[in-house]
Amino acid sequence: MLPQTADYMRLLPEIVLTVFGMIVMVMDAAAEGRGEGRSRGRSIGRIKDRRIEKILGAVALVGSLAAITATFVQAQYPGFAFWNMVQVDSFSVFFHFLVAAVTAVVILTSFEYMEVQQIRAGEYYALILFGAAGMSLMSSAVELVLVFIALEISSISTYVLAGFRRRAAISSESSVKYFLLGSFATAFFLYGVALMFGATGSTNIATIGDVLRSGQIPLLAYAGVALMFVGLGFKVAAAPFHIWTPDVYEGAPSPVVGFMSTAPKAAVFAVLLRIMFEAHAPGRIGLIWVVAALSMTIGNLGALVQDNIKRLLAYSSIAHAGYLLVAYAALPDNGIPAAMFYTASYAAMNVGAFAVVSHFGSAGERYVTLGDYSGLGRRSPLLAATLTIFLLSLIGIPITGGFFAKFYVFSAALQANLVGLVIVGVLNSAVGAYYYLRIIVVMYMREPQQEVPVARIPVGLGFALAISLVTTIYLGVLPGRVLEYASRTATAWMR
Amino acid sequence: MTPNLHLWLIPVLALIGAAINGLFGKRFSRQTVVAVALLFSGAAFAFALWVASQFSSLTTPHIETLATWIRAGEFRADFAFYLDQLSLVMLLVVTGVGFLIHIYSVGYMWEEGGFYRFFAYLNLFMFFMLTLVLASNYLLMFIGWEGVGLASYLLIGFWFTKDSAAAAGKKAFIVNRIGDFGFLIALFLMIQHFGSLDFAQVARGASPALPGGEALLTTIGLLLMVGAAGKSAQIPLYVWLPDAMEGPTPVSALIHAATMVTAGVYMVSRSHVIFEHAPGAMMVVAIIGTLTALFAATIGMCQTDIKKVLAYSTVSQLGYMFIACGVGAFSAGIFHLMTHAFFKGLLFLAAGSVIHAVGGEQDMRKMGGLRTKIPWTFWTMTAGTFAIAGFPPLAGFFSKDAILFKAFTSTYGSWIYWAIGVFTAFLTSFYMFRQWFSTFFGEYRGDDRADFHGHGEHGHGGIHESPAVMLVPLVILALLSVCGGWIGSERFDKFLAPAFHASEFTPVVQHGAMGMGPDTVVPATPVLPTGRRDVEVSETLLTGISVAAALLGFLLAGQLYYRRRDLPGKIARALGGFYETVLHKYYVDKIYAAVFVKPLIEGSTKLLWHGIDRDVIDASIDNSADGAREVSDAVRHMQSGNIRSYAGWVAAGAALVILYMVWVGTR
Repeated sequence: MLPQTADYMRLLPEIVLTVFGMIVMVMDAAAEGRGEGRSRGRSIGRIKDRRIEKILGAVALVGSLAAITATFVQAQYPGFAFWNMVQVDSFSVFFHFLVAAVTAVVILTSFEYMEVQQIRAGEYYALILFGAAGMSLMSSAVELVLVFIALEISSISTYVLAGFRRRAAISSESSVKYFLLGSFATAFFLYGVALMFGATGSTNIATIGDVLRSGQIPLLAYAGVALMFVGLGFKVAAAPFHIWTPDVYEGAPSPVVGFMSTAPKAAVFAVLLRIMFEAHAPGRIGLIWVVAALSMTIGNLGALVQDNIKRLLAYSSIAHAGYLLVAYAALPDNGIPAAMFYTASYAAMNVGAFAVVSHFGSAGERYVTLGDYSGLGRRSPLLAATLTIFLLSLIGIPITGGFFAKFYVFSAALQANLVGLVIVGVLNSAVGAYYYLRIIVVMYMREPQQEVPVARIPVGLGFALAISLVTTIYLGVLPGRVLEYASRTATAWMR
Repeated sequence: MTPNLHLWLIPVLALIGAAINGLFGKRFSRQTVVAVALLFSGAAFAFALWVASQFSSLTTPHIETLATWIRAGEFRADFAFYLDQLSLVMLLVVTGVGFLIHIYSVGYMWEEGGFYRFFAYLNLFMFFMLTLVLASNYLLMFIGWEGVGLASYLLIGFWFTKDSAAAAGKKAFIVNRIGDFGFLIALFLMIQHFGSLDFAQVARGASPALPGGEALLTTIGLLLMVGAAGKSAQIPLYVWLPDAMEGPTPVSALIHAATMVTAGVYMVSRSHVIFEHAPGAMMVVAIIGTLTALFAATIGMCQTDIKKVLAYSTVSQLGYMFIACGVGAFSAGIFHLMTHAFFKGLLFLAAGSVIHAVGGEQDMRKMGGLRTKIPWTFWTMTAGTFAIAGFPPLAGFFSKDAILFKAFTSTYGSWIYWAIGVFTAFLTSFYMFRQWFSTFFGEYRGDDRADFHGHGEHGHGGIHESPAVMLVPLVILALLSVCGGWIGSERFDKFLAPAFHASEFTPVVQHGAMGMGPDTVVPATPVLPTGRRDVEVSETLLTGISVAAALLGFLLAGQLYYRRRDLPGKIARALGGFYETVLHKYYVDKIYAAVFVKPLIEGSTKLLWHGIDRDVIDASIDNSADGAREVSDAVRHMQSGNIRSYAGWVAAGAALVILYMVWVGTR
């Protein structure tokens, strides 16, 4: 049977992202050829480059917005596509939207960043779009082999993106580390898929779920889940596979960190939801319990003594992976919506926080230590206030999305009687408050140590911050709508 | 399909005004500030009038759901607005009187610093008050409830450089928190037992058939009354209101007489279904109301500060409203609430005008003979005074009479409530005319060059009438104080009947802009009919007695404070200790300070702060923080930067996970 139109419609966001990615690459190549041919003078060439790069960025932005639109089109065609390898349901639509939105915000943040850091940006935008295509695909793939391919598309783009600050050795180091360790971890995932196939005779998530629900669960399936979990746990930076995170986040360009700490994570969390709940993974609760508790504790404790803000946020993202995993130990009907809500609100606040970090870092990401942030409240009240709201949300203070995210996750866990895990989580939140508040204290209550310049906020970044801010507050004031949407998924799955 | 009225616009209009003046007002000229404040409060009033004109075509209660706010399991609370006869009356009173007082404030506050701040707060107050009266569930109502408390705090402490004002603001806030505590517990009980805070659903759920039945409803009712006692200044939580007079006079008129302090009455009336199933709670409400009415009136007799007299009079009148609620005559209570808003608002504004005229002086002993000097103020205040004293045919007569009649005849009533009520009416008449005579009649007893007093800004030359911008609201309110009662309590009762005895009315849910509320509204359960006891008593007789009481008060005050000015001093000396006690407000503030405040402060300083906080909590946190830092350092040392060791960590982690899973699998 040949693919039908509907099949393509169900893959529309991925198609759109890929096409725009290719357009960006071709345009870049064409512009480069012309630029060299026309002018030998380097300065003129650079000015030209700047303009072309802006155009490329704009094209990429249009691509991501088109992908958002495509998501709505895709939502009109629920069902399976391409021989049951892809499933469009409210769940996958949710993550498609999330990934595309994060992509758009990151591109908006990157305009300024590329210019200030003087990075040749051609394939940068293309890689972001390709990565986004992979992430989108991950959330709708219901075939483990396809999941693997999507995971690789997303991972390889991020490996390259991590090394984009070519002048900085630390960036290349970050890229290489991420690549080596990431490949190592993906191998675990692939091996897990193989074992799963051996145990159940299928790589289709729904079929696996049926097999595992129906009878005796073979030991091989346990091993398969363990290996897949190692691979995916690495990608979401869950302890004890978090070790790469601080180094990679520190070296990678800030907008890229904002990107890779949210979009690919959301996609991997989506895969993990399907595997844990739809495929009915055995041994789920105990495994998640330990990993979640470990991630929260290591993440929060590790962040306490960090002076580099990017490393601090790296540890914070380990901790948040832990909070999110708590939902995976809960019952599906409230664990799934809680996890989905968490990914969305985490994406909003973290992308926002990194947008501020990348703006404030200036050329060469010079200003990334806590000391540099002292007195920011006076030098740039708006920027400081924005960052403060993101940080409050990361702590989980009410009227921000972070509060309801934690609230739903913990209440889901309580309904599954996981009192111990919730206590660990709440204690960790208290510890976490310390280092986020430390940034706020430094910004508002310390005198600036040296003259750190703060550039004006350009339009693109302004939009990026506004979107993240509005989303963070929206989720904190009116969480009902998103949660309701997410709950529908759970009901659909648990039918 | 009933029309979508966009009720949310009414509070939001006020909020926009508050936001504009609050955020940018500092840079505006006074004229712009005034334009913004009046535009938005006036627009809210106009909108409210329009809503009232549409009202007859609505099926009530009319509910507009704007958005889902909270969902937790079965529980949900929406941003939803509720319009029925009761909230319509409140809506008109709040926006109408509120708008008039806005106008008045323009004149009164013109020369004050922080002009924009004042109007921003005033609009903010309107926003919260409107949220309170339009909310369709207790939670949204609670937002308004707390919000008006905040606005009240800000406005009492408006002259925050004055210690007494700052302290009064704090006192109001803290005393209110005690009441809020009761209110909150009541809300939690409702969630637990009715699963909802929606008015309609609570009304449906509240029946003695519940597990716990009457006892539960009585508990909830009493806790609600604790909240109402805080906000509406009833015994034992009334102490904040007299101090609140530190705020500017328009604030006293709007917040501490006409609107906010009546929120407790509104809330109790809104919860009438609960109270009607809990006779015990009703009785407590009636007793608290009666005692407060009497108690505050006696204090009012000895006060010499023109605003303090009115403050105690407000406490006393609120007591009347609670008597009405306590005997099940909710509509009579709301009727009095409305007329009281007119005449007490008027009295405060007129008092403000007097204070303005004599250059900031508030002591009545230093006034007198002002009748001819400020005729407009005199005549309007006269209308207010006769109205509150209960002379027919002014507004206060009708509403007070309705309450006293119901107190005597209702099934929940008793002749004791009535008797104390009538006696209080006599006291009311006495202290009001005492004020009237000492302010406007006799010789002027103040400093000839009446100025350099108070907050200074009022001192400008001799005694003079207030500007027109202040007089116009006075005149309008005076007209309302005269005519406001002519509706008659019977007709008013009939109008409010659907809100209080709703059973056959099917409410219509109106989806708001976002249109996502569920259709969960149900008609309220039928409630007990407000029956009559079999008392053979003529209404005319009761009315006659209360009018006689008012007249007696007038004559006595005239005798003591107009003809024989030497008498009061002699009487006071003759009464000796008793007079002293009343003059010092029964030493309640001192008793509270000794019994509650001091032990609390001492205890929290010595035990909680030094003992527990510093030596236990701080110490243990410091220690565990040190511990956490050490662990944190250890975590940092995992981070060698060496990629092989990283891979080792990942492999080790993987090995653990696999081993664990295999172990689980083989078990």
